[in-house]
Amino acid sequence: MTDHPDAQYYTEGIELPETEVSTNLESWGETRVVGQPRPRVDAYERVSGAAVYPADITMPGMLYGAMLRCPHPHAVVTAVDVSAAEAMPGVRAVLTAFTPPTRATRAHNEFIRTQLFDPHCRFQGEAVAAVAADNPYRAQDALRAIKVQYDERPFLADERRALDEGAPLVHESGNRVNPPQTYERGDVEQGFAEADVVLEQEYRNECEIHTPMELHGCVARWDGDRLTLWESTQGVYNVQMQVAAALGMPFSMVRVVGHYMGGGFGSKLRPSKYTIVAALLAKMTARPVKFVLTREETFLAVGNRPPSNMRLKVGVKRDGTITAMQFWGSGASGSRRAGGVSLLDWLIRDTYTCPNVRTELQDLYMNAGPARPFRAPGHPQGAWALEQMMDALAEAIDMDPVMFRVRNVPAVSQARGNIPYTSTGLRQCLEQGAAAFGWEDTRAEIARSGNTGTVRRGVGVAAGLWVAGGGGPPSTATVKFFADGSVNLNMGASDIGTGTKTVMAMVVAEELGVDPDAVEIEHADTGSTQFATASGGSKTVPTESPAVRAAAVDVKQQLLEIAAEELGVEASTLTLEDGNVVSTADPAITKPLTQLAGLRRRRNLIGVGHRGPNPEGKAVTPFAAQFCEVAVDTATGEVTIVRFLAAHDSGRVMNRLTYQNQVFGGITMGIGFGLTESRILDVDQTGKMVNVNWHDYKLPTMLDVPADMTCVPIDLGDTECNSTGAKGIGEPATIPTAAAIGNAIYHATGVRVTDTPVDPLRLVQALAQAELAQTEEG
Amino acid sequence: MTRDPNDRDESTDRRGISRRGFISTMGTGVLSATAASQLPAQSAEVPEVMAADELTKVALVINGRSHEFLVEPRWSISYVLRDVLELTGTKVGCERGECGACTVLMHGLPRYACMTLAVEAEGADIVTVEGLMDGEDLGPTQQAFLEKDAFQCGYCTSGQIMAAEGLLRAAGDPEVDAIRRGMSGNLCRCGAYPHIVMAVQRAAELKRAGGAS
Repeated sequence: MTDHPDAQYYTEGIELPETEVSTNLESWGETRVVGQPRPRVDAYERVSGAAVYPADITMPGMLYGAMLRCPHPHAVVTAVDVSAAEAMPGVRAVLTAFTPPTRATRAHNEFIRTQLFDPHCRFQGEAVAAVAADNPYRAQDALRAIKVQYDERPFLADERRALDEGAPLVHESGNRVNPPQTYERGDVEQGFAEADVVLEQEYRNECEIHTPMELHGCVARWDGDRLTLWESTQGVYNVQMQVAAALGMPFSMVRVVGHYMGGGFGSKLRPSKYTIVAALLAKMTARPVKFVLTREETFLAVGNRPPSNMRLKVGVKRDGTITAMQFWGSGASGSRRAGGVSLLDWLIRDTYTCPNVRTELQDLYMNAGPARPFRAPGHPQGAWALEQMMDALAEAIDMDPVMFRVRNVPAVSQARGNIPYTSTGLRQCLEQGAAAFGWEDTRAEIARSGNTGTVRRGVGVAAGLWVAGGGGPPSTATVKFFADGSVNLNMGASDIGTGTKTVMAMVVAEELGVDPDAVEIEHADTGSTQFATASGGSKTVPTESPAVRAAAVDVKQQLLEIAAEELGVEASTLTLEDGNVVSTADPAITKPLTQLAGLRRRRNLIGVGHRGPNPEGKAVTPFAAQFCEVAVDTATGEVTIVRFLAAHDSGRVMNRLTYQNQVFGGITMGIGFGLTESRILDVDQTGKMVNVNWHDYKLPTMLDVPADMTCVPIDLGDTECNSTGAKGIGEPATIPTAAAIGNAIYHATGVRVTDTPVDPLRLVQALAQAELAQTEEG
Repeated sequence: MTRDPNDRDESTDRRGISRRGFISTMGTGVLSATAASQLPAQSAEVPEVMAADELTKVALVINGRSHEFLVEPRWSISYVLRDVLELTGTKVGCERGECGACTVLMHGLPRYACMTLAVEAEGADIVTVEGLMDGEDLGPTQQAFLEKDAFQCGYCTSGQIMAAEGLLRAAGDPEVDAIRRGMSGNLCRCGAYPHIVMAVQRAAELKRAGGAS
């Protein structure tokens, strides 16, 4: 895994095909379809129960796979007795580290090769054995009948102790994943010397787990030497390439289908061990095998947002000029290298104008499941530190927190060597957001009220940007225009719940003058659709929509040329409207597309579109500012979020309805990150995770999010980022949320809570400590 | 090792109890709480013991149609719906009653299908998301979820729709607070909650306007 910000969303160590660049299209002016609030083209399937997710597939003779996982945080498997399991009725195959098909070593990524079942288990939940049986109950019976001898080893269940003298070693090479990574510009010592105020503070975020509603899973079936996988994935081509590499097969022999999937948030960007196991079990038994994890397994073995420990020191002048920032961050990859501090310092480097910046990151091993990218890796954590620090600084120099941020909006991307952004809406997000929220009035009103009761009100703001929301090549899409006027769109991208299919249908409709619902979409199938990178990084719309638009324009051009010849006019004077070709010069010159002889002769036309490169020397970056109001019960430590407002510059709003849904969803996830979610490990006794379920690991429910949420899109008309003007929205929407809540809690109570989750216990303790300190001072 | 189905040794007998035994035990439990003096003689019966994987016949009414089939006593309603009847609109998220993705209506009330055994539901009237359809047309609650974009990935959606349907059957025009409470047993990791509130309000409106059911 490289440390390039984009690497985790694309492919690891596999060369991508170069695609030719489509003609750069003029950006749209007014649009007819794009931007409207439009229900999804696949909404009927999703609300009727007809949409088929991988776990819904049933095939004749299909078996059910299940995995036996190491119950210890660190142990070596010395013996596995499967004789009882193999003899059970309905059990068709058992795999362990000692069965031949699993003996070969396989690459996890470019750095790590192990056996499929590595006898050295470095985390609770590592795969030890697998079975295939007639039904899932029998598969679980078989797992219980497998007897494993473990040689338990000392474990490290808290990354903060990783570098202590005598700390248990996760790997013999030590507990550092790599040497500290540093970044430096300017001279921080000089910067601090110039400051009027210097503040320094430590922050911590607990580990957060993706737990998408749909369990990770797949169905594997062989036809001779060809493998088909129906996988719950964000990227069918990622799965194809990595499964092919693991099984030593040509890409062409691995077909991966991912039409519907029930959420991933980064944890389904790649195949998992179960995917390979399902393929092997299917091969051994000559039967299709469905392999769906249990909920408990998804807490342990398929990724997390790693815990982050941060220290931030910032110097500022009385006029609001930031003079220096210094940041130390550590985090935990888990049991193997997996990006434990990925992008943790990006916001420090790039959000606000500052000439002198130094950051240092240390990724650590611990005996816990490996991290995976999780909705804006590193960013909500970085925002938790930076945006609370910005608030404290604003107070220290007696400046409004919004004004202080506006004062420091950067003109260029400093972390990329001072190149300009294609569009910079951070100022507008802050100013228009504050105006729509009633920022000043609410603060004045709260100040007037005295706010001394048991329940106290507070408002908070936080801003942010997202490193990778611009997308980029490669991607190819094709549009097929049939003689009867109907349209197919073919693209490789997955729709992970963000509304990708609907947005792309709207793009085609915009160009071809057809109803978006009439655009039938083939997608996310390596056997039948074009290449696309995985849906992640908030880059799917900015990557795919220009390719789709180019394909639609290609077809449109062909139609206009056919029509021009038949009507005896120049193609450049023609346009498409509601299924007719019409002259822009003379509306009387018109013809239904279905009556074009050239189209009828050819039966259908194919347009091909490729994603062109991003503008050279410019950064494509989405920006955000979020505002919230809280009510804090100082007696119980309970935080009620009264309302949230989110102002986002993600370029053109492609579909107002799904855009808003993304924003509200990001806020909801940010509320969980800030207030309720935490992986709890029994650090001293067993090293095991103690809240391996949704009862003890708290996701926000409907009662935990405010009924009052507002979405304020900021569209500056970015004509440079790509041909549709869209930047990503999925990840920016969750970046500032927790920090905005932290700032609101401070505004309400005067107490700064630096660690998440801010649950009632933590907050009530912080309030009590603050009261005690005050009494002692008084 | 091959196993004789009649083998009842400790390693294979999971000490399941028969449907009849289960119901009589339940029955005595209820009775003892209400009228201990009228305990029937059957309380002294030794319940039959049945292996976990032994099949037993169950009759259920699902989406208005009668079904009879053989189940293992440990099979949940969600497993029977999805893997036996292939009604896969009902989703499974946790199999431990925490997320609500498998919510169905049993006797008109929302219920987690993963937490109910098929044998326990003998004779129950069950409605799944497929049962809200009017032929190929969406029911009003489904239509409202479509219009308001009340989902993202769509995986919790069947359960959300069934919870909303149950709520609206019990209270025709719930206030926002009642909607939030009524829907709080259904997790949505994508965070479509604000749109779900709007959809439930819209569904109430569609139902009042004379939508089906």
